[in-house]
Amino acid sequence: MSRTLLRRLALSVPLFFVVTLLTFLLPAFIPGGAAEAVLGTSATPDKIAALNQQLGLNDPVFLQYWRWLKNALGGNLGSSLANNESVTQILKDAFPVTLSLILGAMVIAMLLGIPIGVVSARRARSGGAGGQVIDALSLTGYAIPNYFLGIMAGFLFSNVLHVLPASGYTSPAASLTDWFKSIVLPVLTLGLPGAALLARQARQSMVEVLARDYIRSLRGRGLSERSIIYKHALRNAMGNVVTMLGIYVVSLLLGTILIENVFAMQGIGTVAVTATSQHDLPTIEGAAMYFTIVVVVAFILIDLIRAWLNPKLRSDSGRT
Amino acid sequence: MAGLRSFAKADRSRKHRSPLHGISPLGAIAGSFLALLVIAAVLAPLIAPYSPTGNDLSATYQKPGLHHLLGTDEFGRDLLSRIIYGGRISLTGVGVAVVVYLILGATIGVVAGYVGGILDSVVTWVAEVCFALPGAVVILVLLATLGNNVTAAMLVLGLLAAPSLAVFMSGATKSVRAEMYIAAARVTGLRTRQILMRHVLPQVLAPLTVQLSLFAGTALLVQTGLDFLGLATQPPTASWGAMVSDGATHLGQDGWMVVPPGVVVMLSVMSFGLLGDALQDRRRERLKTPTPVNARPGGVPIAADDTDCRAASTTLDPQVVLTVRQLSVGTNDGGYTPIVDNVTFELRHGACIGIVGESGSGKTMTALSVIGLLPDGVAISAGTVTFAGRELVGSQRNDSAGVRGAGIAMISQEPVANLDPSFTVGAQVAEVVRRHSRASRRQAYAEALDLLTQVRLPNVKQIAKRYPHQLSGGMAQRVVIAAALAGKPQVLIADEPTTALDVTVQAEILELLRDLRAETGLAMILVSHDWGIIADSCDSALVMYAGQLVEESPIAEIFDRPRHPYSEGLMRSNPYYAPPSRSKLPSIPGNVPALGQWPLGCRFAARCQYATEDCRATSIELVRIDSDRWARCIHHDLVAAPQAGLAS
Repeated sequence: MSRTLLRRLALSVPLFFVVTLLTFLLPAFIPGGAAEAVLGTSATPDKIAALNQQLGLNDPVFLQYWRWLKNALGGNLGSSLANNESVTQILKDAFPVTLSLILGAMVIAMLLGIPIGVVSARRARSGGAGGQVIDALSLTGYAIPNYFLGIMAGFLFSNVLHVLPASGYTSPAASLTDWFKSIVLPVLTLGLPGAALLARQARQSMVEVLARDYIRSLRGRGLSERSIIYKHALRNAMGNVVTMLGIYVVSLLLGTILIENVFAMQGIGTVAVTATSQHDLPTIEGAAMYFTIVVVVAFILIDLIRAWLNPKLRSDSGRT
Repeated sequence: MAGLRSFAKADRSRKHRSPLHGISPLGAIAGSFLALLVIAAVLAPLIAPYSPTGNDLSATYQKPGLHHLLGTDEFGRDLLSRIIYGGRISLTGVGVAVVVYLILGATIGVVAGYVGGILDSVVTWVAEVCFALPGAVVILVLLATLGNNVTAAMLVLGLLAAPSLAVFMSGATKSVRAEMYIAAARVTGLRTRQILMRHVLPQVLAPLTVQLSLFAGTALLVQTGLDFLGLATQPPTASWGAMVSDGATHLGQDGWMVVPPGVVVMLSVMSFGLLGDALQDRRRERLKTPTPVNARPGGVPIAADDTDCRAASTTLDPQVVLTVRQLSVGTNDGGYTPIVDNVTFELRHGACIGIVGESGSGKTMTALSVIGLLPDGVAISAGTVTFAGRELVGSQRNDSAGVRGAGIAMISQEPVANLDPSFTVGAQVAEVVRRHSRASRRQAYAEALDLLTQVRLPNVKQIAKRYPHQLSGGMAQRVVIAAALAGKPQVLIADEPTTALDVTVQAEILELLRDLRAETGLAMILVSHDWGIIADSCDSALVMYAGQLVEESPIAEIFDRPRHPYSEGLMRSNPYYAPPSRSKLPSIPGNVPALGQWPLGCRFAARCQYATEDCRATSIELVRIDSDRWARCIHHDLVAAPQAGLAS
């Protein structure tokens, strides 16, 4: 088993516990207690006591956590304080929406960003303004608040052009076309800034790799430019791009929370925001767990790709 | 993540200049914009034309105009005033996050970097966990329990981001700490705290400001995002995020309302980014070494010198495989600075020429121009390179690709750095075989194994499966040689092939190269600063100084009696050949003149014991001394025969 993967697992497992435990510890430190935060300061002591009893808030916080963890691993995340629905069921319904957005955005970012960055790096040797355009786009992509971009895009494509639905989400099981139409704008809103980000990183890494000694040596051996750029340089440049992809995935969490809100999609983000404003602790704890799992899985995948790309990260037997 | 560990090398000590010195115009605009926002927010009650919450139902949904510069919203509230007041909330939020990030991250980072050890590892680990932590979710949980408390949210944001700053600062501190003057400060008895405050902190300040600027942009996006979601402030309080949200719900009535707050957030974040970039560029600018000034007036490439009698004497000879005639090389971006000046030589089949000289003599550039691999910004400005009857200059892009690898191959100094780290060495050699033959994948791999055997690597089947980082320097150089031989070249250019290797390995590699020449009839150009290597391997030597050929001679003769003072000086300063009687190893006084500062007369005159007025008066020609000996010295008769023990 790869050393990097083990190292990542050694980070991921605590990460899961850190986040879920945090969601328990934070409410415990609140003056007046979580129950008062949930019910408001005007609640009668009876009601507060009843809620404390219901949520088990009178127990020590680690016991609460242990109880929650046991249930969570058994697939039971408790029930919502707002409407008593099963949190597991709420999140199960919401997860496909969020997953569509995150995966879609990553696909757009990679398929658009990496080729643009690589091609512009190739041109960089013979001059050309490609780099400045990419820098400008990537700065804009970083700076434009995605909720603002989403609102403008929604206004243009649904209110003005009437080609796409302004909001909502259609399950692919119901209609594949409608599903596509419903996610196209949110996915582009999330994905295009990512594409600019990855293009910039891909360009920088390629320019850097193309200046290395071994690239000159490959030319000296008479290899074709195609092989030098698309086989050797690309493979060596991808490591940094994949690292940047990891940073992008983390930023996508806040991104989906905002974009689901803009396009009124019932994903984990919307669930989490609604739960936040309703002080619905069991639901937000469940949502936090889902988001953490997304990050952990993404990071493990990214580390696998990095190890595949870079033999130095693999621990093989050959080293003496 | 690896990205976190990377850090910029700390700025070297320099005279302190104005804090804005060297900031690009774009950076200055960005900085002014941010300053304007802050001032407007602070002075909001004085500046804002209207109350941020003052309804005016007679003037709802106004477009920008004289009364309302940015228009009004659904309650007739002035958008400009709301943006000015909204800045108070957003910028305070950013301020809180940045202060926590700075105090926590910088302090822990500098201390961890200075102390190192376990503390540093712990900080790195915490940073990796925090980096992967879905911060947005943690903040939501916090808000779920605390209610709309934007200050607490931004505090937590700073807290979560601080460890990555700590890793960055720790890296920067470590590199400053490695500097000599810190060690000196410790020796003179300064206390740790004094060293940190007086010496380390000023050095890491520059990279720190870059990080702060970038983080401030992110913090603003998070703050306005929370406001947009309605989790930070309550209506009717004016805040940028809430204004966008407000505009979005009234898009049906008025598409304009959403634009001013959205654009302000965008421009602010962009300004933070631009400011960060500008600070970073300034740092790079400062770290750059000054480029040599072009002392040659006019900056025009020198034309190949037709009067050079030597060039004319070269004739077409079937025994010659490579001819270099009147070759000049110089920079081609930002003015012409000559690097190689009018070099002529020829290489016969199976022969070995050594090119000798100090760094800056132009020997490597001469070698690289033969194979058409000059670095960016450097080009051949005059002359010809003819390989097996084909002219290579001017056909670099298309034609020399067929010659490279198959006709002329190259090996260079750092063997591991000259192999692609991502592919096994077997695959790399096989790719070259396939490129220059019609072999199938399997055949090419088999031939690669043969080549690895030919360069005398043991267990080639296992070694072929290794990656470059798993090889020792000597093994890697053998692989590089195998890859160079894969195209069955007639000429091998070896640029300092053993400089980076251990002494025992050096001898093995040189022996291998000699044997390979004997086996395959390969001709070789060996570039080296080491006379010993040249003496062991070459038939003749070219001595270069300041871009010029100063002496050319068969190897035995030049060792017997060098005819240029520079060749003589080089030999005397070589410990192996220096006369044992002297107690102190002689060295040539002075340095090679910098690029672009070559004198008009003899370029070596300033360091030469034989130099007279005539030497400095005019440029010196190569003169023929013997049938195959040339020297660029008017006093070549005076150059003394070296003492006994030098000739081998």
